[in-house]
Amino acid sequence: METEAAPNDAPPPPTLEHHGASKGPKQIGDRIFLGLSRGSGITLLVIMAAIAGFLSYRAALAISKDETNFLTTFEWNPQGDPSSFGIAVLVYGTIVSSIIAMVIAVPIAIGIALFISHFAPRRLASPIAYLVDLLAAVPSIIYGLWGAVFLVPYLDGLNKWLNEYFAWTYIFEKTNEGIARNLFTVGILLAIMILPIITNVIREVFLQSPKMHEEAALALGATRWEVIRMSVIPFGRSGIISASMLGLGRALGETMAVAVVLSPSFLLDFHILDAGGGTFAQNIAAKFNEANEFGRDALIASGLVLFIITLLVNGAARAIIARRKEYSGANA
Amino acid sequence: MSHTLQDKRPAVADDPQGSLSHARMPRWAPLAIAAGSAVLGCLIGLVAGLDSKIQWGLLAALIFIAGTYLITAKVEGPRQAKNQVATSLVWVCFLVAVVPLLSLAWTTVSKGAGVVDGYFLSHSMSGLLDTDEGGGIYHALLGTIEQVAIATLIATPIGLLTAVYLVEYGRGRLSRAVTFFVDVMTGIPSIVAGLFILSTWIVMLDFGFSGFAGALALAILMMPVIVRSTEEMLKLVPNELREASLALGVPQWRTILKVVLPTAIGGITTGVMLAVARITGETAPVLLLVFGTKLINSNPFEGAQSSLPLYVFEQYSVGTDAAVDRAWGAALVLIAFVMLLNLVARGIARWKAPKTGR
Amino acid sequence: MKLQRKNRLRATALGALAVSGALVLSACGSDDNTKESAGGDTTAAASSIKCDDAKGQILAAGSSAQKNAMDLWVKNFQQACAGVEINYQPIGSGGGITKFTQGQVAFAGSDSALKPEEVTASEEVCKGGKGINLPMVGGPVAIGFNVPGVDSLVLDGPTLAKIFDSKIKKWDDKAIADLNPDAKLPSTAIQAFHRSDESGTTQNLNKYLKAAAPAEWKYDDSSKSWEAKGGQAASGSSGVASSVKDTEGAIGYFELSYATASNLTTVKVDTGAGAPVEATTENASKAIAAAKVKGTGSDLALELDYATKAEGAYPIILVTYEIACDKGNKAETLPSVKAFLNYTVSEEGQKVLSEAGYAPLPTEIAAKVREIVPTLS
Repeated sequence: METEAAPNDAPPPPTLEHHGASKGPKQIGDRIFLGLSRGSGITLLVIMAAIAGFLSYRAALAISKDETNFLTTFEWNPQGDPSSFGIAVLVYGTIVSSIIAMVIAVPIAIGIALFISHFAPRRLASPIAYLVDLLAAVPSIIYGLWGAVFLVPYLDGLNKWLNEYFAWTYIFEKTNEGIARNLFTVGILLAIMILPIITNVIREVFLQSPKMHEEAALALGATRWEVIRMSVIPFGRSGIISASMLGLGRALGETMAVAVVLSPSFLLDFHILDAGGGTFAQNIAAKFNEANEFGRDALIASGLVLFIITLLVNGAARAIIARRKEYSGANA
Repeated sequence: MSHTLQDKRPAVADDPQGSLSHARMPRWAPLAIAAGSAVLGCLIGLVAGLDSKIQWGLLAALIFIAGTYLITAKVEGPRQAKNQVATSLVWVCFLVAVVPLLSLAWTTVSKGAGVVDGYFLSHSMSGLLDTDEGGGIYHALLGTIEQVAIATLIATPIGLLTAVYLVEYGRGRLSRAVTFFVDVMTGIPSIVAGLFILSTWIVMLDFGFSGFAGALALAILMMPVIVRSTEEMLKLVPNELREASLALGVPQWRTILKVVLPTAIGGITTGVMLAVARITGETAPVLLLVFGTKLINSNPFEGAQSSLPLYVFEQYSVGTDAAVDRAWGAALVLIAFVMLLNLVARGIARWKAPKTGR
Repeated sequence: MKLQRKNRLRATALGALAVSGALVLSACGSDDNTKESAGGDTTAAASSIKCDDAKGQILAAGSSAQKNAMDLWVKNFQQACAGVEINYQPIGSGGGITKFTQGQVAFAGSDSALKPEEVTASEEVCKGGKGINLPMVGGPVAIGFNVPGVDSLVLDGPTLAKIFDSKIKKWDDKAIADLNPDAKLPSTAIQAFHRSDESGTTQNLNKYLKAAAPAEWKYDDSSKSWEAKGGQAASGSSGVASSVKDTEGAIGYFELSYATASNLTTVKVDTGAGAPVEATTENASKAIAAAKVKGTGSDLALELDYATKAEGAYPIILVTYEIACDKGNKAETLPSVKAFLNYTVSEEGQKVLSEAGYAPLPTEIAAKVREIVPTLS
């Protein structure tokens, strides 16, 4: 029994533990603790289910009255007559800006995490780690302020340059005049915003990687990069994905920073340097104030779609982690 | 054998770095390459007339990486070259990331520092127009502290225990359901959480606007972040530790409390702080639920309160110089507040964590 | 063990420090800003405000266009009447009306009168009555521009419509040049900015363009969101104003106070009257004076004449209302709401408006509002 349970299935079910030990108080303690933690799980579940139910109900109310196709309409006018609203532009804008953010932020975050955990001189490492920690704590409205005041003018030059040399790629072609308040800028701002968050979690994971593996590899003559590639990164893969998901969650749902920086429009435009587009959260923020009950329902319906997108992305991430189970410390 | 060794020895002696196996670059080489490429990047930028400093930096970074690879490959061989490239890439990542982040910090400090003083911290906006000069953020600061504290008190225990349940106990359908919903909730736009509380707590149950209503929405936003990050940290606790403790006859709950949680406390604190940081900056749910006021209201359970992010947002929208200055000042205080919290939490975590030799 | 205990001690000490810090902080806060008050205006007027039985906290929400006026009124009213707290949340007209019909606020501010379905919705909150529109303050919507070398610009309705519809793309377009024979117009591209969020300001510009240039402006004139394609958007009037200020060749619309705050030059509108009209509070008042009451009974919804050709009347105006129940207001907030609205519509309340960039109500309409407010119950 015990040999079966120990290596693969740890921590073993409580019943196995108490053979031979004095049962009374421990079992009560265990039961209370289990009850508490399961209770929290259920509480959380109930809250989340209530929110999901609430959203689905209100969203269903809205979508049933939409006179046009909810998925393909390029317009947001739920209070008009006929009521017409659709999420096509928002899906596109949200995904594009998040992809830009992730493509920029994840590799750099891994780099910084490695820098802190393995490359930086000792004396530098901990102040830098602390700095990153603090930057992760900067509230998003401040990123919005900074983005509008500083980032947009700075990126104007980069935009022109990209347009000049990479216009042939089509996506970097700039077809309308205007300053850099486009999806590309939003993507970069989001990247800067989520970078410290992702870095933080990844660093924590890298620090937990087994020292023995690393030392063994070093002793066999591996270079530092080889150690990292063979021992640190595989160990941290699930953590990297998890951290990225945390970052992505924030990027997808970011409201104020995007609302301040983007110049939105309800046109679908694959030139990401053109001002225009929109994201779910930004659209909610922009339309919410003037919306009546029904208008709010429509916005909630768009929020629900954001949920579904988050869910799909998270599901994919979970699936990848599940396949890499063997690297996780708890085998869980 | 001895012959070959003999042969090699003079070569080793020639190498000032004293490497045993093969030639190595001097320690200052990466620095030299970095300096060289920075100069080159700026030169190209100047000559080609590129007007964005960002491009200069990117050029310098590219030259640096390529240069490192070529030089190291020539001197030390391809394996070492890869190592060097990885090292320089990591350095470049760091620099690339630090520039905007420092610029952000610098902007806030330089714009905010002139405004923040004792008066600013200890007075409300009572009796002032938003277009007037003067006034302060006391009412907003107090509101933020209370709302965040309440939200943290609600969300942290639930989040922590849920994560413990998922990692230490959860096997069945319940844990899968919890995982599923936590995943969904990480992407919840804050305004939607605010709307939910508005429709249930304020419209349906008919409680008034209050700091507490805001804190409820903030707690909802916090929970998934805490669960996700705590879960990840608990999974990293080596199973050997759990097994050793259980083998000594320690019951599982004590193992979790005394072995598992303390081992992961650093990461857990980071997670909680991230969550706190996220909610401290939330504007939308606060606007919906706390209402906002210019007066001091120290009771979070009744009446309109204000909060710092709301204050920043309001003042920024007013658009006059005095108001925008106040917005930056409040932003600075907001950052300082979050950092102070972070500092305290980190300190506690460090003291509580078992010494691991890292 | 010893080490641990020491650490715990330290942690406790730190905790104690934090708590005591918070306590100190909470003790030293103050609502008293009188010494620092740089505005220093209208304090003398405070004495004649009638407080009646006003006390406690009232919440109100709505139009951001009347925010500065509301701030001013609230400041004066609170100075005169101790124990009253009025919180006005400038979230937007639609949000204010929604909050009002859900019974969350005592009154709402709105840039447009209640629609029939909103009146129906208000009957649930107003037991035995309905929501009514009380016009309270008007103001011009200024068109600001940033064209280097041009410090005065005249445009008419059709030209404005074409500019905002991206039909006119360069500043030296013939249509603009014809209206401004003396200006040195550059050939820079026009960057027309509009609001990215829905707003009553956009709605009123829409209405003006529709009235003044029906052939050029084909969009729904009651829409609060921007329906024309093209152009650039920014969030809030302050966002539009700062974008116009930062962008060469830009043009945008916002309340007059934002133009003043950002030092932006505004367009003079050629209405067909003798001379082009500048966006000032006086000129806006002249246009508002022509407004007719279209509401019935105690409802005072106005009909504005956006196509006015009267001499010196600035046509791009908005009038914002306070919305309250005629009967069935909540008992605990009614006295404060009545006292406050009595003040805002009084001569004194209207007089302070022009310093904040607003236009007072025409005397005739103000008199009607003064009759209605005391009858609220």
